[in-house]
Amino acid sequence: MDLVSLAVKAVFIENLALSFFLGMCTFLAVSKKIKTALGLGFAVFVVLTITVPVNNLIYQNVLQEGALAWAGLPNVDLSFLGLISYIGVIAALVQILEMFLDRFVPALYNALGIFLPLITVNCAILGASLFMVERDYTFTQSVVYGASSGVGWALAIVALAGIREKLKYSDVPDGLEGLGITFITVGLMALGFLAFSGIQL
Amino acid sequence: MASEAKKAIIEPLVSNNPIALQILGICSALAVTTQLSVALIMCLALTAVTAFSNLSISLIRNHIPSSIRIIVQMTIIASLVIVVDQVLKAYAYETSKTLAVFVGLIITNCIVMGRAEAYAMKNGPWNSFLDGIGNGLGYSLILIVVATVRELFGSGTLLGYTILQPVSEGGWYQPNGLMLLAPSAFIIIGLAIWVIRALYPEQVEQPDFEMQNAHQVPAGSHGGAH
Repeated sequence: MDLVSLAVKAVFIENLALSFFLGMCTFLAVSKKIKTALGLGFAVFVVLTITVPVNNLIYQNVLQEGALAWAGLPNVDLSFLGLISYIGVIAALVQILEMFLDRFVPALYNALGIFLPLITVNCAILGASLFMVERDYTFTQSVVYGASSGVGWALAIVALAGIREKLKYSDVPDGLEGLGITFITVGLMALGFLAFSGIQL
Repeated sequence: MASEAKKAIIEPLVSNNPIALQILGICSALAVTTQLSVALIMCLALTAVTAFSNLSISLIRNHIPSSIRIIVQMTIIASLVIVVDQVLKAYAYETSKTLAVFVGLIITNCIVMGRAEAYAMKNGPWNSFLDGIGNGLGYSLILIVVATVRELFGSGTLLGYTILQPVSEGGWYQPNGLMLLAPSAFIIIGLAIWVIRALYPEQVEQPDFEMQNAHQVPAGSHGGAH
């Protein structure tokens, strides 16, 4: 039950894009068409589901204070190396995933195309890993958290793309055209997602 | 070269603002703008990282093989962010608690990567350093504006000093709670972009479709309900 509650929380209440502003650059840049938004959303979901648990293992077995006890170094605290290890893991995993998809699932590789490399610098990915460390998730929790925050991010970008596809037919004041009105739209969406904050499971 | 240096530092402020025009670095920025003091620390941290990453990448730009340049840039930026993070933990512990994961997220802040890739790889160290400072300041400008509005109207204070006396303390101002929540930041930035583009009309984006007045539609194509 705890895990269900964690999942609902990560998808709706603490949506990475709409309440923590993570992954905003790609969120705003790649949300003009539903189709591309779906592709990117799926890529983010896959990468988050893999990287958060992997970073969790690294944190618990190598970086955490006292985690190196198995190597005979009980007093070593490497947690300051966290940032560089997480980003290294993310960059390496994205690269591996790219080569794997290219070799075995070329259809998906072509569909994701340019989005995969972009994901390395997507703050939603690093952000989720940092939240996982800060909140001290166990391995199982980190799997659930990674997957469901990916779903939440994908949901948000597809919804925004849907709105923007309609928005281009409307008469927006000159200065607001494009980026400005998109920001305001996202603000209103975030307001909508606030409604979920009352949900308790 | 003096004009080039001046351009590198002045341009990103308004006319080529990283947030409002280049759509860079919005990611980790907005969540830290509920209090002006926290936003200021974040600005300092980001400006320092951008300036020094530009400087060091520009110094070794002729030695980086282009196929692995992203990893090299990433490593330099991540090391700088670790330094900043440790300094904050040592000298401003409370603020670093408030900033939480967002200091770490400077690594993936597109301003840092973007400027390294777009400017530092092609220009000399001094200009790159100034470009980093300029872009950091452009980012700070938006952050400070947003944080000022949010703190002033959200809790009636600025930098912790009471400006508008809230009702709860016997004053007259009813704090606007919405300002402290996520949505307001998006809307304030949207409006800020509107202001900047009203001042610099050349930044206005072209709409995908041209609006037509109803009477220009060929006769007979719509009903007679006037």
